[in-house]
Amino acid sequence: MAFGRSSRGAMHAVSPVEPLTLKILVAGGFGVGKTTLVGAVSEIRPLRTEESLSEPGAGIDDTGGVEGKSTTTVAMDFGRITLREDLVLYLFGTPGQDRFWFLWDELAQGALGAVVLADTRRLADCFAAVDYFERRGIPFTVAVNCFDGAERHPVVHVREALDLDAGVPVLLCDARDRESVKDVLVGVVEHAMSTARARRRSLTAGS
Amino acid sequence: MSDPGAEHQEHAAGADTARAHGPDEPHWFDDEAGPVVRPYAMTRGRTSHAGQHRLDLIALVFAEPAADDPVWELTLSPEHTHILGLCRERPQSVAEIAAELDLAVGVVRVLIGDLAEEELVHVTRPVPPAELPDESILREVIDGLRAL
Repeated sequence: MAFGRSSRGAMHAVSPVEPLTLKILVAGGFGVGKTTLVGAVSEIRPLRTEESLSEPGAGIDDTGGVEGKSTTTVAMDFGRITLREDLVLYLFGTPGQDRFWFLWDELAQGALGAVVLADTRRLADCFAAVDYFERRGIPFTVAVNCFDGAERHPVVHVREALDLDAGVPVLLCDARDRESVKDVLVGVVEHAMSTARARRRSLTAGS
Repeated sequence: MSDPGAEHQEHAAGADTARAHGPDEPHWFDDEAGPVVRPYAMTRGRTSHAGQHRLDLIALVFAEPAADDPVWELTLSPEHTHILGLCRERPQSVAEIAAELDLAVGVVRVLIGDLAEEELVHVTRPVPPAELPDESILREVIDGLRAL
């Protein structure tokens, strides 16, 4: 669906509302299906965007200028969901085995929430992502991608193995299936909502 | 100017390396600088715009009515024109523009900054979720996802 703004904007009596954009991150280990998940719900085929971490201002890897000779390129695959003319959700997933996306700090800034996609055969692969979102206080859910033939661990075992806080939702999903991915995303937003509510409560309760 | 001897030591490893010190020198990087530098040749070495906040990946870029003037196609670089063309079709996020032009986000930020300076585009600042006035937006996101 297109935005409701034509290039002849001057013809509109009332200037159209500028869309609100939000983002959800999709993290997890190599080959767990992050780009597949993005592609299952995106209205565009997942696009790739890259950033060089030796770019000045990138924070941790700052070398102070473009003369920096060591560089890490971080790639993200992303998709777009136009929920309404004035409300657009972007999904960002880390493709490949890139371990350095954690350094791309701004990606996490302003994220509504995150999905940690897990494969029960390689649960350890998502430790880093779980750690990262916990430390940053970004609301996240763990979605166990149920590969064909993979043993279906009960959710409770996954929760224990990842040592998750009781409040972190864990659900099973199929990253190829649009309905399943929709459920995962709804779960993230609901969790973000209850997290925000809890924060507001503790703010008003505090001194 | 610095002592030429010291400069020699500094660049002992590189052949024919950068000589320039001023920002106006176009060829101040050397081959060994790696792939991080070359994209920035397009921005004439600039990596950011003074006095401009960092453009978020999901910030939307809108073409201004002034962008409809065909004169810009003659005066702007192909990359600037490409961005302007995309945004005239519909507003684009910074991430989408970077993907479409196949350029690093940092480079695209500078190019968008140029266009904003010329008042050919304006860029929105996304609202961080913590600054949303209430839950209604998040409810709308949930409803929208369910309705997909």
